[in-house]
Amino acid sequence: MEIMGVLQKLGLESGFAAFFTTDGGWKNIVMIAIAFVLLYLGIAKKFEPLLLCGIAFGCLLSNLSYFVGMGNNALYHPELWEAFLDTSSPYYHSYGHIMSHCGLLDFFYIGVKAGIYPSLIFMGVGAMTDFGPLLANPKSLLLGAAAQLGVFIAFFGAVLLGFTGPQAASIGIIGGADGPTAIYLTTKLAPELLGPIAIAAYSYMALIPLIQPPIMKLMTTDKMRTVKMVQSREVSKTEKIVFPVVVSTFVILLLPSTAPLIGCLMLGNLFRECGVTDRLSDTAQNALMNIVTIFLATSVGATMVAQNFLNLNTIKIIILGLIAFSISTVGGLCGGIVMYKTSGGTINPLIGSAGVSAVPMAARVAQDVGRRYNRNNYLLMHAMGPNVAGVIGSAIAAGFLLSVFG
Amino acid sequence: MHDLVNISIPDAGGYALLGYAVVFFGLILLMCVIMIMGRVMTRKTVSPAAVSPAASEAPAPKEAAPAKAAPGTAGELKLYNTDPRDAAMVMAIVADTLGKPLNELRFISIREVTEDEV
Repeated sequence: MEIMGVLQKLGLESGFAAFFTTDGGWKNIVMIAIAFVLLYLGIAKKFEPLLLCGIAFGCLLSNLSYFVGMGNNALYHPELWEAFLDTSSPYYHSYGHIMSHCGLLDFFYIGVKAGIYPSLIFMGVGAMTDFGPLLANPKSLLLGAAAQLGVFIAFFGAVLLGFTGPQAASIGIIGGADGPTAIYLTTKLAPELLGPIAIAAYSYMALIPLIQPPIMKLMTTDKMRTVKMVQSREVSKTEKIVFPVVVSTFVILLLPSTAPLIGCLMLGNLFRECGVTDRLSDTAQNALMNIVTIFLATSVGATMVAQNFLNLNTIKIIILGLIAFSISTVGGLCGGIVMYKTSGGTINPLIGSAGVSAVPMAARVAQDVGRRYNRNNYLLMHAMGPNVAGVIGSAIAAGFLLSVFG
Repeated sequence: MHDLVNISIPDAGGYALLGYAVVFFGLILLMCVIMIMGRVMTRKTVSPAAVSPAASEAPAPKEAAPAKAAPGTAGELKLYNTDPRDAAMVMAIVADTLGKPLNELRFISIREVTEDEV
């Protein structure tokens, strides 16, 4: 028995050796370090921990198990997905090929690739969201529209920086501040950028309390910030039940490519409001949402393999994402200022910043900033209108980009 | 047909403008639909009360006893000129500001303070 030979073989097959023997193995070490940083941010700093912990661990697992040329034990195989997307490959769009060669995280990733997880997350978001403030003040929808400015400015900026049309569209949607929409669109248009775009989208969403207040302060006067808004009207139960049906019908007929996202969002909301499906609403809000979050986060994290992630494009995406977020906030505030002027000063323009989706974080930021200038001012419910309008707005923006570039 | 993969800068500008316009167009139409829906629903709710003479007198006693606590509201909590929904929001905001779970806080009463009182 050749003990030394066996030990040598084990040593050469180990990941420790692969760091130094495989092509670009050192990059895996860098990615593992990035995964540690993301875990720290998620756990210690509580930046979107429910998603960031899963994304970071998915990244860790794929970079511990996948090395170029040593894919046998990998949990995620980027080359399988490259063949899946390559029109000249015999395995183009072949889930069978994926299933017969996949690792665990490839299997999870099928749900992302098929657009299942983002849609199910939207169902949970719908079940958790009270659209009452939007129904009470439908003009909030204008703020949700205005706050999509960053999506299209970042799209244009990405084209200027040399990205292709579909890649630029995926980068732009970061400005919608809506993680599931960003993942959905990127999976359809530019799956090779999924890792950096997901990281940028969720990181900036977590950083909204830091990003938005300086812009809010810069764009509004003290007088504007102290405006106390009158209480919105009561919304009847029937209106809340009819709303998801009307929105689904209207928006899907207008932009059919929004059907998976808007359809699931409104189905979840119907479960919540109709009053006879409490069990389904509870499941969509909790159990289903949590299960899908685990699969979504780990599989998105798995796409952060060193060969795809460590390049100049990632840095460009991170910068463009920040620009997209900031400009969306500016767009929402501009909408708010216009409404402040046209309403004779009865609308507090701070609620415009909540037009970027990021429910309910952006609305809470508007509330906090408003209270800093008037302690008796409660803008939360007023800001929830534009906030949920932003969800619909970003889904429409994604639907437009998908129609054009898909 | 323009190349959508290697898109030119003028085309990108055009698509950006068009996309922003489409989002506005979609949401403005949706706003109109919701406004119409709201009017129809409000009319349906209000109209029976308007035709009923008894109902038209209904608001008077409501205004006459503004300081009366809502019956059976959240145990010992008394609400004055405040509906339960607003009270729930206030309690949630207080809990969040203090950083304490809601079930560890005890609210005695909640009363709306008018502009004059401030």
